[in-house]
Amino acid sequence: MTRIELTVDGDRVSDDVEPRMLLVQYLREKLGKTGTVIGCDTSNCGACTVHLDGRSVKSCNVLAVQANGRTVTTIEGLAATAEGDLHPVQESFRECHGLQCGFCTPGMIMQAVDLLAEKPSPTEEEVRLGMEGNLCRCTGYHNIVKSVLHAASSTSGGEQA
Amino acid sequence: MTATQDRPAAEIGRDRRRKEDQRLITGRTRWTDNITLPGMLHLAMVRSPFAHADITSIDVSEAEAAPNVVAVLTGKDFGEELGVCINAWPITPDQKTPTHSPMPADRVAFAGEVVAVVVARSAAEARDAAELVDVDYAERPAVLGIKNALEDSILAHPDLGTNKSALWVFDSAEAGTGGDVEAAIEQARTDGILIEREYRQQRLIPAFMEPRSVVVDPTGEQITMWTATQVPHIVRFALAATTGVPESKIRVIAPDVGGGFGGKLQTTPEEWITWAVARRLGKPAKYTETRSESLMAGHHGRDQVQTLTLAADRDGNVTGFKVHLDADLGAYVALVGGGVPVLGAFMFNAIYKFPSYRFECQTVLTNSTWTDAYRGAGRPEATYAVERMMDELAAEVGVDPLEIRERNWITHEEFPFTTVAGLEYDSGNYEAATARAREVFGYDALRAEQRERRERGDRVQLGIGVSTFTEMCGLAPSRVLGSLDYGAGGWEHASVRMTPLGKVEVVTGTSAHGQGHETAFSQIVADLLGVPFEDVEVLHGDTQVAPKGLDTYGSRSLVVGGEALVRAADKVVEKAKVLAAHLLEASADDLEYAGGRFTVRGTDQGLAIQELATATFAGHNYPDGMELSLDADATYDPVNFNYPHGTHLCAMEVDTETGAVRMRKYTCCDDIGVIINPLIVAGQVHGGLVQGIAQALWEEAVHDESGTLVSGSFVDYLLPTSADTISFDVVHTDQPSVCTTNTLGTKGVGEAGTIASTPAVVNAVVDAVRHLGVDDIQMPCTPERVWRAIHAHDGDAPTPEAAMPHFDEGAPNQDEGAGQ
Repeated sequence: MTRIELTVDGDRVSDDVEPRMLLVQYLREKLGKTGTVIGCDTSNCGACTVHLDGRSVKSCNVLAVQANGRTVTTIEGLAATAEGDLHPVQESFRECHGLQCGFCTPGMIMQAVDLLAEKPSPTEEEVRLGMEGNLCRCTGYHNIVKSVLHAASSTSGGEQA
Repeated sequence: MTATQDRPAAEIGRDRRRKEDQRLITGRTRWTDNITLPGMLHLAMVRSPFAHADITSIDVSEAEAAPNVVAVLTGKDFGEELGVCINAWPITPDQKTPTHSPMPADRVAFAGEVVAVVVARSAAEARDAAELVDVDYAERPAVLGIKNALEDSILAHPDLGTNKSALWVFDSAEAGTGGDVEAAIEQARTDGILIEREYRQQRLIPAFMEPRSVVVDPTGEQITMWTATQVPHIVRFALAATTGVPESKIRVIAPDVGGGFGGKLQTTPEEWITWAVARRLGKPAKYTETRSESLMAGHHGRDQVQTLTLAADRDGNVTGFKVHLDADLGAYVALVGGGVPVLGAFMFNAIYKFPSYRFECQTVLTNSTWTDAYRGAGRPEATYAVERMMDELAAEVGVDPLEIRERNWITHEEFPFTTVAGLEYDSGNYEAATARAREVFGYDALRAEQRERRERGDRVQLGIGVSTFTEMCGLAPSRVLGSLDYGAGGWEHASVRMTPLGKVEVVTGTSAHGQGHETAFSQIVADLLGVPFEDVEVLHGDTQVAPKGLDTYGSRSLVVGGEALVRAADKVVEKAKVLAAHLLEASADDLEYAGGRFTVRGTDQGLAIQELATATFAGHNYPDGMELSLDADATYDPVNFNYPHGTHLCAMEVDTETGAVRMRKYTCCDDIGVIINPLIVAGQVHGGLVQGIAQALWEEAVHDESGTLVSGSFVDYLLPTSADTISFDVVHTDQPSVCTTNTLGTKGVGEAGTIASTPAVVNAVVDAVRHLGVDDIQMPCTPERVWRAIHAHDGDAPTPEAAMPHFDEGAPNQDEGAGQ
């Protein structure tokens, strides 16, 4: 067991974890942050995407111990990083019907926030390439791409996580 | 509450943002795997690596000794309480149906089948210990692939004596719905056009994003199962029917469910095993599959060989269509099983007036993952076959593919139309949908560009693909299902309840998993009762809340479940009217109901339905003989399927040097009757399109020669990404063909995109290279297959001279200037 201390969605937390425990397992099993989900076991689907020190990571690809001393933001803490009740990207996904079953949505939103932080005014092509690491089976991506473009156009210079 | 409720704006037809989304975009979700109960145990499955083998012994001692392992159980440890996995649709009376134990004790029939379960205090410990279970197998020869199975030399289930499960036949001459197809074929052979083709519907995997998960809590009078399913009511029925627990002691909950696409229309071994383990140990138990397990052991879809014969006269008027399917069931006959290809039986004639038709479906068993419904279920296969054949006919006659369709389709004046397959299409307008799609697509300009590129000999050729589809949806009239030997009906149930404070609770027997029922059903009820959209709460997916229902599949929820809702809401208004008349001291005949208010004609006196709900709750003043409730139930059994249709047009660019394909444009005009929520409809179409396009271009589940699934992860099974796809033009006709067999006028839309798009894409790819002598490319149309098709007629000549060498033999494998 290894002791880790980190900040998750604004709260300081500390736990003993097995060195092999993945960050996504830590978030779900130890902290009850079940908004972040597991969709595959090969880091293809991106459903588990969170922010680690402000940049998107697939949390199935990070060990919990690697997050020691760092700051994690999940879908559950995202709204608090922006003004208003929802982060503009969350708002955009609802506005543009960018989700159906919603399972991939937390990862999609976290990835989109990171993409827009890097490229505040992306083209459709840039959005499609930037979201390539997140799989969705419901939407055919049409409205996800639209949601990201809508978020870009409705915020000045993109929102920082 | 006021007496001056304004009538809300009409909700039906409005692009309401979804009620569901607030939770989903903020991570406040209840997926089954999120559920944790005190003392809950975790399961890990031990699965067979062999496609066909006898289990000679299982040594569990090492696993049992592992840390925090509570039990290790094998098939031998269970008796009848384990139950069986059922087939609800034996397609013929003599269908061969192997017994499907959730955990066989003696013999496995596909790679991935569960042979033991490890129960531990954590999921990680269960999985660790599963590695320690030592299973000895005696491998048997495995039969894989439809053609091998038909030979019957190796048997998937030796006891059955054959791999052939059932042969299902429809013949229009025998049924009296049309002529003799053999006569039409003979006529065409001598004096017309005969097109004979064999098409392959490759095996696909539904690949919903949420892996399946099940939690069973046996601590309570009712045993509760939470499961990631499309069909909680069917799961409850099958648990009761096969495990000896009465229905009234079983509560099945489908909480948030992350997609299904038919893949969660199943009663699964994993559900049954978790059920048995929780009952055995008396503790809550959870099993969540990994993605690899999901791809390997969750049911697959499609997998047919289609042998097709289309007869026509020299002008391209079709005179007969003969279809023979060989369909791979996999190792077991699943819940719907052979019923999936049989659902296609009625759709191979599609939108056309074929005078004669014969359909045969031979199902076979193999030692591969079982197959069952996947989005469209039977109808994509039918649509693919007929729409590919119509393109071939157009090429043979030498006319535009749209022209050949127009010569054969049912014109809008001819509805209602009884087809050669015996269905009555109530409404449709193929001319209007085609005209609109053509216009939005820019058909003529793209055809001109195609000609120009051909003449120029451009390396990248353009192809245009057409698919004018229809489908039967809204499963289903119960009596029709009965006539097909399906094991259940197709009705749906709904309740509408008025709460004391004037809100509305709607209970539906359908079970949404991404479709947006909470939003669309709220819109319907808001309009029917004249209450605000926000005041309607839709409850579903829990057999204790919604005790009756037949769940969600087959594009049925709105067209069947929505209609049940209409009938229940109508009853609420009727009941409220009696109370309103009493309280307003008026005759019921003098009351008008509009905007949620009963008013006495010619006066300003009135009462809102919310006030009547409160008055009912109080019960202080009501007429003699009135039952003191406004709530109502309704069960609706449809009288017919409904028949949405549309014209899909696709432009594909094909690089003739590399075989790479690129989608340039996709336009579809779907006529789905009255639209409740255009935003949700567009979403359904987009998602459906990509699943159908993915069959055409990317996806294929492949078992190797020993029966191992080699496309068993998302690295190998090519789900499309945002970078692979484009934005679509989704339009509708100005005057939809309203469904005449339900009061809302709606038709199904959940599967339409998938059904229509696959042939549109393949037709486009073939069209791009038809002038090079290509008339077919097997799906998925990978660059290799496209390249091979293009070069099939030039001797398949390799081009070593033209290719750049990777390296010179004997020379260092790096650039000369490297390192300088």
